Amino acid sequence: MVVQRIGRLSAYAFLLVTVLISIFPFYWMFVIGSNTTADANRFPPVIIPGSLYMDNITNVFNNIEFFRALGNTVIVSVAITAAQLFFSSLAAFALSRLHFKGRHVLFVFIVTTLMIPQQLGIIPLYIIMQNLSLVNTLTAVILPGIVGAYGIFWMKQYMDSSVHYELIESARIDGCGNFRTYATIALPIMAPALATLGIIMFMGTWNDFLWPSIVLKDTSVHTIQIALRNLNKVYYRDIAMIMAGTFLATIPLLIVVGVFSRYFISGITAGAVKA
Amino acid sequence: MESRIEQNRPAAGPGQATAQSKWRSQKFRDHLSGYLYVSPFLIVFALFTLFPVLWSMYISLFSWKLMGSKTFIGLQNYVWLFTDDPLFWKSVGNTFSMWLMGTIPQLFLALFIATLLNANLKGKRFFQVGVIVPNVTSLVAVAVVFISIFGANYGLMNYFTSEVLGFEKINWQASYWHAQIAVSVMVIWRWTGYNALIYLAALQSIPQELYEASTIDGASKFKQFLYITIPMIRPAIIFTIILSTIGGMQLFVEPLIFAGNTGGQANQVLTMVLYLYDTAFAKNSFGYASAIAWMLFVIIMLFSLFNLYLTRKINSTT
Repeated sequence: MVVQRIGRLSAYAFLLVTVLISIFPFYWMFVIGSNTTADANRFPPVIIPGSLYMDNITNVFNNIEFFRALGNTVIVSVAITAAQLFFSSLAAFALSRLHFKGRHVLFVFIVTTLMIPQQLGIIPLYIIMQNLSLVNTLTAVILPGIVGAYGIFWMKQYMDSSVHYELIESARIDGCGNFRTYATIALPIMAPALATLGIIMFMGTWNDFLWPSIVLKDTSVHTIQIALRNLNKVYYRDIAMIMAGTFLATIPLLIVVGVFSRYFISGITAGAVKA
Repeated sequence: MESRIEQNRPAAGPGQATAQSKWRSQKFRDHLSGYLYVSPFLIVFALFTLFPVLWSMYISLFSWKLMGSKTFIGLQNYVWLFTDDPLFWKSVGNTFSMWLMGTIPQLFLALFIATLLNANLKGKRFFQVGVIVPNVTSLVAVAVVFISIFGANYGLMNYFTSEVLGFEKINWQASYWHAQIAVSVMVIWRWTGYNALIYLAALQSIPQELYEASTIDGASKFKQFLYITIPMIRPAIIFTIILSTIGGMQLFVEPLIFAGNTGGQANQVLTMVLYLYDTAFAKNSFGYASAIAWMLFVIIMLFSLFNLYLTRKINSTT
């Protein structure tokens, strides 16, 4: 009994320390972001929040177009997430529930494309965007992202197990065409999967760095990640300001995850079960 | 279109002919919708992935500076890569060493955390959300915070090692191995919780009877872990190894923010993708960068195959 209790206590202690380490950098962002850079660069370093957060964040606003970058990020993330949810579920519906020649081959092909690393075609992609005069437009980021193999794979797995043929059949008997069957029968059943894919896509786009940093050079189209990176590059020394900006940019993400954590966690674990 | 409603009605009688034609037209419409619904993916894939990928193979045969002229040089870029570019091989070595340092402790730690989370503790939900928080943070934000923690002179880490533990101050950014450790710590911090949740899901799917039966047979906890738990969650382990391999081979944002375009003055954290990025978009050598991209692809493929072979082998021996 005693041994077991000690075991439980140390398990709690270990998990608590893990969570503290997980959360600490966020706290640290705020601590540095609310003090002066001089406070951050001395021994012992400050460990409690100061009162200068507003000063530092004003500094951020003077140096980068913070809210514009945030707005750009919202536009890109919402557009890609919405398009992905629609096109991926539509393609998955076809691959899972419509009988047409070559659908199995097509599905295997789509999954195989997941193996291609993004970096492989990134130089020509840049040249293409240049020729289409899309460099420095948000379209250049949105367009390649509107549908993806990962989303189709995800949706099809879910569709296979939860949208039964009998439902499709009865919809047809009621006179539904294929698109109406998709929209009125399949989609509502898919709601949990849509939520999970949606949050994964939204966060992935929100945090994306490589391609946006290449194709969005003008400050007017910067996403928040690129803006933060610039803050970091140019004003390297003013760590208090950098942290204040980073903290503010992290808050929306934390809120989204706080609200949707159930879907996010189920998304991660579902990926494992399918492997 | 007019006949659509007609065709969707259930066949009035057992008439063979009407059923046949109805089935046929449904089949036709399934074909039409099927290809139509998949076509957005095929178009986007063809335009923004397949075409660029093939084109990059073509570009890799040229000496092509953004502002200068294109000259066909055959496989010369690849010859240079192999024989005359120590920096490239350094980036390969760095990528692998940081992958090792970042992945191995991470997966063991994740398995340990998952085992604890699986032990019916109170507040499980809180711990689950707690460990996953690092994974949702943007890489840029992570790197920015860790720069401050691993500051060259002043920083939490140096305060801890020098003032508290009494060691000498470490220049986390300039020193070769320390910079690599710092970047690996970022990777571990961000991904351990994610993998722990994957392992947890796998642990929860193990039937409890297996443990009960082996307890009756007198198996110790450790033996149970070795001979029941590990084999039962092997698919999840393989999954996490594959994921962290793909992620590790493409390590980019952390070293970029931590040490800049060239991965530090001594290129201590220069990775393959960072080298590609720098060559293409800072030095504007499109041809050479395309050759790097293809080498990167080949290395990822070879390493994934090796991984697969290894996991298969583990599969068959136990």
